[in-house]
Amino acid sequence: MSETSPDIFKAYTRKCGAVFAAVVCGTLLMVAASYAPIANHKIAIALVLTAAACNASVVAAYLMHLIGERKMIFTVLAFTVVFFIGLMGLSIWASQDIPTVVAPITR
Amino acid sequence: MDIPYTVEARPDTGVYNAKVGMWLFLASEVMLFGGLFSSYILLRVGAPAGTWPSGLLSVPLGTINTIILALSAITTLMAWVACKSRMFERFKLFQGLTILLAIIFLCVKSYEYRDKLTHYEVVLKSGEIADGHLIRREPSGDIVLHGHVVKEHAELMNGRKHVEHRELTIAKDQIVRMQNYGPWHNTFLAIYFTMSGLHALHILGGLVVMGYLWGPGSRMWKTDPDRFTNRVEVSGLFWHFVDLVWIFLFPTLYLI
Repeated sequence: MSETSPDIFKAYTRKCGAVFAAVVCGTLLMVAASYAPIANHKIAIALVLTAAACNASVVAAYLMHLIGERKMIFTVLAFTVVFFIGLMGLSIWASQDIPTVVAPITR
Repeated sequence: MDIPYTVEARPDTGVYNAKVGMWLFLASEVMLFGGLFSSYILLRVGAPAGTWPSGLLSVPLGTINTIILALSAITTLMAWVACKSRMFERFKLFQGLTILLAIIFLCVKSYEYRDKLTHYEVVLKSGEIADGHLIRREPSGDIVLHGHVVKEHAELMNGRKHVEHRELTIAKDQIVRMQNYGPWHNTFLAIYFTMSGLHALHILGGLVVMGYLWGPGSRMWKTDPDRFTNRVEVSGLFWHFVDLVWIFLFPTLYLI
């Protein structure tokens, strides 16, 4: 089968339909989780963000073709992930850095 | 002089140059939005209990926009597949649909912004707070709101709580302070307008590029279809990234 075949187009149409359905389901799941009467707010947030991460993974893997991408692209992404984790880690570290001893005010 | 590796893959990277360039650009974009997300986390975690508003934004509109953007991500991929399959008319159709969906997204976003900018919080002399959408200003200076009155500011923190709204006429001399729900209103709205505004600018940028490829830029199809296909792929990568950012913005700003 040549690359210019309309069969490829049909195959992609089916694949895209499945990806779109998955993203819509993920989105509705996020909304449902945010309205669900979950007593623990942290669990509700974790559920919503997990659904968002699943949605993002589907988009990145199938629409951005990361599922079969070259090593070079993954190298770029690996650096990005390291810096992104560093950025978020610094934020969390800074938010936990609360002074426990208050120095007396001297005039 | 020909620019090398616009179509064929570079031997050392395995991909054509524009694709590497786009991924490097997207990596820098991850850090840009990552900085804003970390600011959001710091501001939210640092806010005193009960002062961070929730449910201020319309979840149905946000959901509709999420689905519109997801659909546009599909159509932009189909536009590229149409180029790969040498179906130029199909490319025109799918690229046109992507542009249309992007415009609809921006229209919904503009409506949401307008809704916030016409939503007022009015502190009255009695100490009560009137909250609602401005219907009109009378020539006398009195204002007419469609909303409700609360005794404490804390009662306005949960936007999801159903409250009966009615038309309120407020005399000018009863108003102590009046402010709309713009980015200056509180920290949440400041970060909401910053993040969603930056995202909307990305949509606008993508719209310009895709519009060019759909219109005058499509002339390249006749002279160099492979290079044109790669241009469509690279613009599609950017568009998918914009969709990815929204996938995280939507729950962060609208749901949690």
